[in-house]
Amino acid sequence: MRALVRSRPAAAFGARALAAGAAPAYKQPMPAAGFPLPLPVFRALAEAFVPEAAALDARAWEEAEGIVGGFLASRPASVRRQAALLVRLLDLLPLVLHGRRFRSLDVARRARLLERLQDAPVLLVRRGIWGLRTLAFMGFYGRAEAAGAIGYRADPRGWEARQ
Amino acid sequence: MIEREYDIVIVGSGAGGGTVAQALAPMVQDGVRILVLEQGPRLADAEFTGRELEMADALYEDGGGFLTADGTMTLAFGRALGGSTVVYTGTSLVAPERVIRAWAVPGLDHADLARRSAVYAAQNNVHPLAPDLINDNNRLFVEGCRKAGYRAEQFPLNVRGCRGSSLCNLGCPNAAKMGTARVQLPAAQAQGVQVVTRAEVLSIGERSLTVVVRARQAGEKGAVSEWEPGTYHVRAGAVVVAGGAVGSPALLLRSGFGGALPALGRGFTCHPAHILVAEHERPITNDVGHPKSFYLDRAADEGYVLETCMYFPFTTAKNLTGFGAAHSALMRAFPRLQMILVLACDKAVPGNRVTVDGSGKPVVRYTFTAQTVEALARATRASAKIFFAAGALRVHAPSADPPLIERRDADRVDELIAARHFRTGKVSVSAAHLMGGCAMGEPGDAGRSVTDAWGRVHGLPWLRVADASLFPDSLEINPYLTIMALADRVAEAIRADARDLLGAGAAA
Repeated sequence: MRALVRSRPAAAFGARALAAGAAPAYKQPMPAAGFPLPLPVFRALAEAFVPEAAALDARAWEEAEGIVGGFLASRPASVRRQAALLVRLLDLLPLVLHGRRFRSLDVARRARLLERLQDAPVLLVRRGIWGLRTLAFMGFYGRAEAAGAIGYRADPRGWEARQ
Repeated sequence: MIEREYDIVIVGSGAGGGTVAQALAPMVQDGVRILVLEQGPRLADAEFTGRELEMADALYEDGGGFLTADGTMTLAFGRALGGSTVVYTGTSLVAPERVIRAWAVPGLDHADLARRSAVYAAQNNVHPLAPDLINDNNRLFVEGCRKAGYRAEQFPLNVRGCRGSSLCNLGCPNAAKMGTARVQLPAAQAQGVQVVTRAEVLSIGERSLTVVVRARQAGEKGAVSEWEPGTYHVRAGAVVVAGGAVGSPALLLRSGFGGALPALGRGFTCHPAHILVAEHERPITNDVGHPKSFYLDRAADEGYVLETCMYFPFTTAKNLTGFGAAHSALMRAFPRLQMILVLACDKAVPGNRVTVDGSGKPVVRYTFTAQTVEALARATRASAKIFFAAGALRVHAPSADPPLIERRDADRVDELIAARHFRTGKVSVSAAHLMGGCAMGEPGDAGRSVTDAWGRVHGLPWLRVADASLFPDSLEINPYLTIMALADRVAEAIRADARDLLGAGAAA
């Protein structure tokens, strides 16, 4: 399995969002090695956790992955390795149950598997799913566009901004 | 290594360190050299943008994602000039008399704490917001409490010129929150106290500290440090540790004081909390207006407190249980969401403690006791009733199965919400009231405490503690004003001990 590796200057990730007039996408610099998780599996996970992620275009995915990649870049290397291992194991697990990798399952089957793992008797597994869920939410809802899409309107000007 | 020498060095600039700095500042005119070391950055007003991930990364330890050792709880604490006073909501309550009495610390009485708390409340412009500044999220809480048979109380807040951004927990973008970076530290600096940021204390030795000053990284918020990057050996007549309930015990442990102080790190408490969310039929004012204006104190009778709150998209998403279509539907209802923060008043137990790993970094070991889980369930049931009484269509409750309760099942709340549904690793739990680890106690009783009632570390007269790590048990309310009152006592003791600590020239 080959992970889709990207290596671009960190500034490029936010450039298009800025040009579009949106608030700058927050991110830490993406490491030179690129996104630390297998991208197709991460996207499959994100779509299961947040169904709206299926409608993200390339620019939005780039922004989301920039957020997640930058966050993981700020974590110890051991955390990145654990996350990558978990994602790879998750991708392989359904081979036993469904004869297909996680990334190739339909969204409903992915969601059912994740729900079962979310309730697993082993804390390590539950924590792992919680962690992946958190990353997916960070990438999706950490974007200004997503915040706006759900109607979040907090503004530093407070009440004045609503007049 | 670069050498420096001061008379008093204060580690940390939050509610404790900032208070000590201001209280001791008059000594500077007598020639006493006072230094505050803050490991976080100093942000300019314009840098408080209110953008969620950006400000969380700039202001919180680990970007707001510091986890307990088993990964089942997120601890949120500040890492910037002002410490957690930059990111708290400014709710200002005096310690409950029954809690201080139960602490039974010789030499500590409630009346003294209340008196000192009032001084800092006045400094910080503490007052309740006017009715026309209360948003729907808060108003519905009050209405729901009334209809459900509870008595909500209004939080006094330390704000001046609040514009109602609702962004308090990301650092106020309007300089309206009166934390130590706005009040006590400027006052201290005006009198000659020196403050150095991006300065992490690696270890404390006999009247000395090893400090590393870090350079500002490209793209990072905050000013460069007041000192050149490098490693410093700072000699001090007295050292005041005020790095918070995680930072202070960790610093003292990695400095090797654990052998002489077996109670170091023990007794950690934190008011574990859930964020509860309810959906109303129509949009309400929730992401505008001060987010935390009311509370319900059931600590004495039921072991919990409820507070109004409002959070941001990512924080809200990760704190809801589950995922998928139901989760997304709730997120899309954001303009119609009401939120309540439920806090369990946990008690100090032997296993819950701060330790350090091999590299000296803090590790917080925390196990939820049955009492804490039951308190969270009781708090969740009360909140659900309050939400439905306020007219909510549905309530999301982590300790319910399934977590989404529809209005038609409002009368089954007691049956649907139960402690047995609390599953660590599945349910999101967070905490921001971090307490204990350097507990006050009987003078010289190093077996059961770390300091006396004045923050003097047992057996080490030159070493003091002045933050929430002093708490022998949970305070059962928001702690910052009590931290300031205790820090004020620590400063008074330093002034009283100045001749012994610093020599005749520095005596008060």
